[in-house]
Amino acid sequence: MTTSAGSAALPAPASTPYKSYKAKQRPTREKTKKRPKTPMEWILLAIVVLGALIIVFPIVLLLINAFKSPADYATSGPLDLPQALSFEGIRTFWAENNFPRALWNSIFISSVVAVLAVILSVFNSFAIGIGRVKGRSWIVLIFLMANLVPQEMLFDPLFKLYDDLGLLSNPWSVIITFVVIQSAFGTYLLSSLLGTFPKEILEAAAVDGATRWRSLRSVIVPVIKPTLSVLMVFFFIWTWNEFLLPLAFLNTSDSLTVPLLLEQLNGERQTDTTTLIAGTLISIIPTIIFFLIFQRTLTRGITAGAVK
Amino acid sequence: MTTTATDKPEAKEPKRRQKGAAEPARIPQRDGGKWGYWLYFIPGIALVGLIIFYPIVRNLRLSFFHWRGGRAEETFAGLDNWIALFQDDEFIRSFVNIILVVIAMVIIPTLVGLVIAAALFDVVGRRFGGGLSSFLRATYYLPQILPIAVAGVLFGWLLKPNSEGVLNQFLSAITGSDVTVNWLGGSYGTAMGSVMVLMIWIQIGYPIVIFMAALQRVDPELYEASELDGANWYQRFRAITLPMIRPEVFVVSLTTTIAALKVFAPVFILTQGGPNKSTYVPSFYAYNEFINGTDKGYAATIASAVFIVVTIVAIVFLRVQTRSEKKDA
Repeated sequence: MTTSAGSAALPAPASTPYKSYKAKQRPTREKTKKRPKTPMEWILLAIVVLGALIIVFPIVLLLINAFKSPADYATSGPLDLPQALSFEGIRTFWAENNFPRALWNSIFISSVVAVLAVILSVFNSFAIGIGRVKGRSWIVLIFLMANLVPQEMLFDPLFKLYDDLGLLSNPWSVIITFVVIQSAFGTYLLSSLLGTFPKEILEAAAVDGATRWRSLRSVIVPVIKPTLSVLMVFFFIWTWNEFLLPLAFLNTSDSLTVPLLLEQLNGERQTDTTTLIAGTLISIIPTIIFFLIFQRTLTRGITAGAVK
Repeated sequence: MTTTATDKPEAKEPKRRQKGAAEPARIPQRDGGKWGYWLYFIPGIALVGLIIFYPIVRNLRLSFFHWRGGRAEETFAGLDNWIALFQDDEFIRSFVNIILVVIAMVIIPTLVGLVIAAALFDVVGRRFGGGLSSFLRATYYLPQILPIAVAGVLFGWLLKPNSEGVLNQFLSAITGSDVTVNWLGGSYGTAMGSVMVLMIWIQIGYPIVIFMAALQRVDPELYEASELDGANWYQRFRAITLPMIRPEVFVVSLTTTIAALKVFAPVFILTQGGPNKSTYVPSFYAYNEFINGTDKGYAATIASAVFIVVTIVAIVFLRVQTRSEKKDA
């Protein structure tokens, strides 16, 4: 497992994944850098840079066109730079849609899901990985299933369930659903992590008279905290990006999330192109900010649990 | 997910824990033995039962019934729905499309991702500086975190038909003649091609980041030594990079294949299954039948079929993985 799951301070036996991989690297690096670069290396660099340019190109186009007036867009087309900086598209988008509301809905749903799903994952994996309850391989299998089930399978029964409970168009319908879906993954990941949790620490805590709950709260959670924060960031983003089930459960204009608001705008025939582009750009901004803040966590995190 | 984000790395069970349930808990006990751990399970089990397990059972059951939905009676249909499914041209076509989706979400991103990750790590990172390689990695990863709905709207705008479309204008500017292709609504080829390009665009960052992290494990001395022995970039790629990150290649293929089989949003947003239902994928078909169809029993049959296929693929993958691990050990 390539997580930074353990912490460097932890005196763990060498055979567990609870150690840091920092120390290596470096020394030889400077040497190789000095050797003249071969043409092959320049070609490879050119290829990967070109690839990256292709990837960002659509987003750059978005940026250029979000600041054009409708008239400018109509005459100059999407490939030219704007003749004058115009905020008309952005203003129209802002005036005609309740974006702050959608933004708040998205933030509220994703944050609550991230926190609750991590807590639930910790409880589940505590029973599986530390408690080693009977039949745990079957239980893990059930949680694994939650990762495999296609969402359109959940859609109809859950729609009826939330309808009966009066939770349709209520953020809690989406929250409950995704707490379960995300925690299924979290349980799966954390169970194997806790399964190899250093026994000495647990025993030491027990000798000191810690109860089960106390060991979990004051010993286990602090040690696996780095993994938990990675999970939380991921649950937040995954929930933020969800589409199908929120589309099914949230129908009033007050309850829309950011992706749903944009999709609705896209579906309306009379939507002006510059308004749509401005809306797309504004919808991307929170994601980009989040990406910049958590870039390191993200790139480190998606490898968490991938391979041991 | 996307995997899209949609893309959840799977962890696997450590082997020794599968041996049986009789092992003691890992904290020495005094207060009431192991049953106390079940308390921690109550919320998790109850919620998974209600939100995941109940719908699965309900769908599987419904696949043997005809049901108009709402307050209508469910009438027992036996195997009718399943027989109809295998004779349904739209369903078969939607599964054929899945092969193309697998190419766009699994095969191309994994292969291209391998080359890019190796180039970024081995060449750019070591010869041109780690900062540049991290920056490029982040750029490739960017589409992964965009909401799929946003990415879909963006591509829908780029691919607008006639002279309005950005891509059409771009091609007109290059070729000098008027290009007016109706990318999404014109023909099956261009519509499916567009969906595939969107998928590749979204998916490419995922293998790159995973593979680059895997390469951190490789001892840099290994590269240094092979370089001194005169191995060129391609030889190092074949002899060091590829064998080292084989486990990650496996995980990436598994997770993206599952995501591909369940794919929904790109089709929903870009083409709505059109033109003429030609870009249907099973999940979209099931969704559409649930919403617009007259028999929810049939919709449940499609959804159940997707679920069964996903489960089988996951089991096969995990089996093969365990076997290859045993061989290595």
